[in-house]
Amino acid sequence: MNPAQAIVPKKVSANIQTNGSVAVIDALMSENVTTVFGYPGGAIMPIYDALFDYRDKINHILVRHEQGAIHAAQGFARSSGEVGVVFATSGPGATNLVTGLADAQIDSTPVVCITGQVFAHLLGTDAFQETDVINITSPVTKWNYQVTDANEIPDVLAKAFYIAKSGRPGPVLIDITKNAQLQMFDYKGYSPCIHVRSYRPKPIVRETYIYEAAQVINSAKKPFVIFGQGVILGKAEQEFLDFLEKSGIPAAWTIMGMSAVPTDHPLCVGMLGMHGNLAPNYMTNQCDVLIAIGMRFDDRVTGRLDKYAKQAKVIHLDIDPAEIDKNVKTTVAVWGDCKETLPLLTKHIEKRSHEAWLEEFRKLNQKEQDKIINAELNPSTGELTMGEVIRLLNELTHGEAITVTDVGQHQMVACRYSRQKNTRSNITSGGLGTMGFAIPAAIGAKFGAPNREVIAIMGDGGAQMNIQELGTIMQYQPNVKIVILNNQYLGMVRQWQELFHEKRYSFTDITSPDFVMLAKAYGINGKKVTERSNLKVTLSEMLQSNNSYLVEVMVGKQDNVFPMVPQGKGVAEIVLGVDEL
Amino acid sequence: MSKQEFTLSIYTENHVGLINKIATMFTRRKISIHSLNTSPSEIDNIYRFTLVVIESPEVVQNLVKQIEKLVDVFKVFCNTNDEIIWQQMALYKVPTQTIMKDIKVERVLREFGAKAVVIREDYTIFEVTGQDDEINKFLNFLHNYNLKEFVKSARIAIIRANEGVHKKVIEMDANDPTKDPINNEFLSKKTMVFNY
Repeated sequence: MNPAQAIVPKKVSANIQTNGSVAVIDALMSENVTTVFGYPGGAIMPIYDALFDYRDKINHILVRHEQGAIHAAQGFARSSGEVGVVFATSGPGATNLVTGLADAQIDSTPVVCITGQVFAHLLGTDAFQETDVINITSPVTKWNYQVTDANEIPDVLAKAFYIAKSGRPGPVLIDITKNAQLQMFDYKGYSPCIHVRSYRPKPIVRETYIYEAAQVINSAKKPFVIFGQGVILGKAEQEFLDFLEKSGIPAAWTIMGMSAVPTDHPLCVGMLGMHGNLAPNYMTNQCDVLIAIGMRFDDRVTGRLDKYAKQAKVIHLDIDPAEIDKNVKTTVAVWGDCKETLPLLTKHIEKRSHEAWLEEFRKLNQKEQDKIINAELNPSTGELTMGEVIRLLNELTHGEAITVTDVGQHQMVACRYSRQKNTRSNITSGGLGTMGFAIPAAIGAKFGAPNREVIAIMGDGGAQMNIQELGTIMQYQPNVKIVILNNQYLGMVRQWQELFHEKRYSFTDITSPDFVMLAKAYGINGKKVTERSNLKVTLSEMLQSNNSYLVEVMVGKQDNVFPMVPQGKGVAEIVLGVDEL
Repeated sequence: MSKQEFTLSIYTENHVGLINKIATMFTRRKISIHSLNTSPSEIDNIYRFTLVVIESPEVVQNLVKQIEKLVDVFKVFCNTNDEIIWQQMALYKVPTQTIMKDIKVERVLREFGAKAVVIREDYTIFEVTGQDDEINKFLNFLHNYNLKEFVKSARIAIIRANEGVHKKVIEMDANDPTKDPINNEFLSKKTMVFNY
C-alpha cells in the first residue's frame, strides 16, 4: 500500500509511522503554506504522490517551466509578504531554478524550494537526472541542504522556513533524495524553528547609535532620505511614514523600495538610480546628511562611487551588517530591523519641516517635467509612448494596482511613472535584471494577493522569455492583465548601442509572434493597439474584463529612456537627453 | 590600497559542503586562497577554518562580513601576522645516501630545527615546523642534495588577543533546537533501498 494513503488527509498527528514525503507536506501545512508552484518529475514523485491527498488544502500550481515556478513564487512572496514555495525535480528541474534563486537572493525574496534528488546510494554515480544541485545553488541561496534520511525532514524544513523569512530574507533550497521521500520513519510531529545557533537573523539594536543618528539628523540643514525594499521586507511602512512625517525630510525610493509609502506623498521626491528622477539623483550630491534606510547602495543607484555623496554625512539603517560600509562609508551605522530602529529614531528626532530645501527638489522636478515627462506622458502626435500607457493605467486603476514589470526600457518607464497608493505594489526583478520575470511573477502575485488588480508590463523581448506561462494562466485562470510594450527592439540595449556604440545595432532587432493570436491560442483575450485613439478604450476594456487579458501596444521603435546617469559617471552628472551626452 | 597577508579564523558548524560555501566567497571575487586548513576547535562539534589571503584591508573586511553571514558560520576573526602565533609544517624526502655522504645530519637537525621522521636505507624524511622563511631556508638547502619530495601544510594560527568564542557559543547553544546533521549512510547500502 502507498504509505501516504494510510494517513487521513489532514494535518498528520504526531508519533506515527509515515514516510518522508508526507512529512514534507505536513511541514508545509504547519507553516500555513496554501500555494505551491511546481513541476513534477521522477525524483520528486513521492512528494507529489503525498500532495495528491492534500490537494484540497494546498493549491498546487503546475507551471510550464521550473523558472516560471520560482518567479511565480517570488511574485507570490512579494505581493503577500509570505514565503513562496516551489517543487521541482532533480537534474534539469533543479537547474532551471537557478536564475530564479539568484534573482531571489539578490532581491532578498523569501522562497523555499524543495527539489527531488536521486536515491542517496546513487549520489555521485552520474545517475539519470542527477545534478550536484547543492553545489550549483550554494552561491545563489541563503541556505541549502541535502536530506538523505527522512528523520531529518521535519527539522530541516522548519529551519528552511525560518531562515528564508527571518532577518534579511532569501531563497532556501532543500534537496531531498528519493529514498528519504519514501523512507518510513517515526514521525514526531512538526515544530517550527525559532533559533539556529550559528545564525544571527538581526543585530541587537543599541540606543547609542540611534541617539547618535538622531543628533546628526537634528543638526542637518539639508537632509535627504533614500529608502529601499528593507522598509517593505521589515513591514515597517507605517514606522517609516511616521519617521518621514515627523522629520519632514524629502525622500526618494530605489526601484525595490517603491510603494513602501504612497508615491504621491508630498515628501516623496521620486526614484533614484540610473534612470531615476533628476532631483533625487542630483540632490544626493547636495545634501548634508544622507539617510539610507533598508537599501544597499547598488551601483545602479550610486553611479560612480568616488563621486557619490562625498559632501554628506551618511546614516545607514540596515538589518544586514555586511551592507554597512560595503559600498559607501557611513558616518553613523544603525544596525537592526528598521521596524525596531525607525520608531526609536523617530522618538529622538525633532519635528521639522524643510520647506526651502524641498522646494529645490520641486524646482528640479519641474525641469524634468518640462524637458522629459510631459512629452513622454502626454504626447499628442507621433508614435505611441510607453509613458502614456503607464499614465492611462494610473488613471484607470487609480494607483491601486500591483505593477509587475520585466526588465528593460519598459521597466524603467513603468517604475518612473507608475503611481502606487499601497505597499507591495511594485514587483520587479531589480538586482538581477531577469528578463522573462514578469509573466510568471504576475501569476504568483495574483495568487499572493487575489483581491488586487495585477498588471504585468513587459517588452516584446522579455515577453517571449517565459511566454510558456500563458499555459499556466490558461489552466488556472488567475485574473492577470498583460501589457506588452512592443518597440520591436531589445530597447534598452539598443538605446546603449545608439548612445555609446555608434548606433551599431548588433542583434537587437527582434521579431515577435502575433501576441494577440498567441494569447487566443491559450484562451486569453487580447487586442493590439497601434493608434492613440484606441489606447484608452482598449486598456479600460482590459481592466474591466473578468479574466486575464493581453494588450499589445506598438510604441516608438527608437524611443530612449531619460534622464540617465551614464555608466562611469557620478549621480550629479545625470543627463536629460542625448544633447547633454 | 596596498595588499597584505591576513589570516582568517572561521568558526563553523561541522556540515557537509561548508568548505565549498566558504571557498566560493573567495573565488567569486577572484581572490586566491594561499592556505586553507580545517580542524576541530576548542569546542565539541565546532570546526575552525584557518585561511590565508593576501588582500587589502577593505576587501578583507567586506569579505569577513559576508562569510559571517553564512548560516552555518559562527564567527570570523581576521588578523594580521603580528596579531597571531602561526606555524606550518613541511616534510622533505631526500635519498639517504646523498645525505650521509655530503652532509652532517646532526648539523642539519640543529641548524634548521629539523627532525628526522623516517630514516631508511633508501630515503630519509625530515620535518620542519615553523614559518615560511624557516621552511624555505631548509628547502633551498636540500635542493642541493637531490630533494625528491616536498610538501608543506596549511597555516594554523592562534590569535594572541582572542579569548576564543567558547563562551559565546555555549550561550548560543543553550536554546538551539536544531539537531546534528545526518550524513549519507546509503552509499554502501544499495540493496536495502527498495525495501521500504
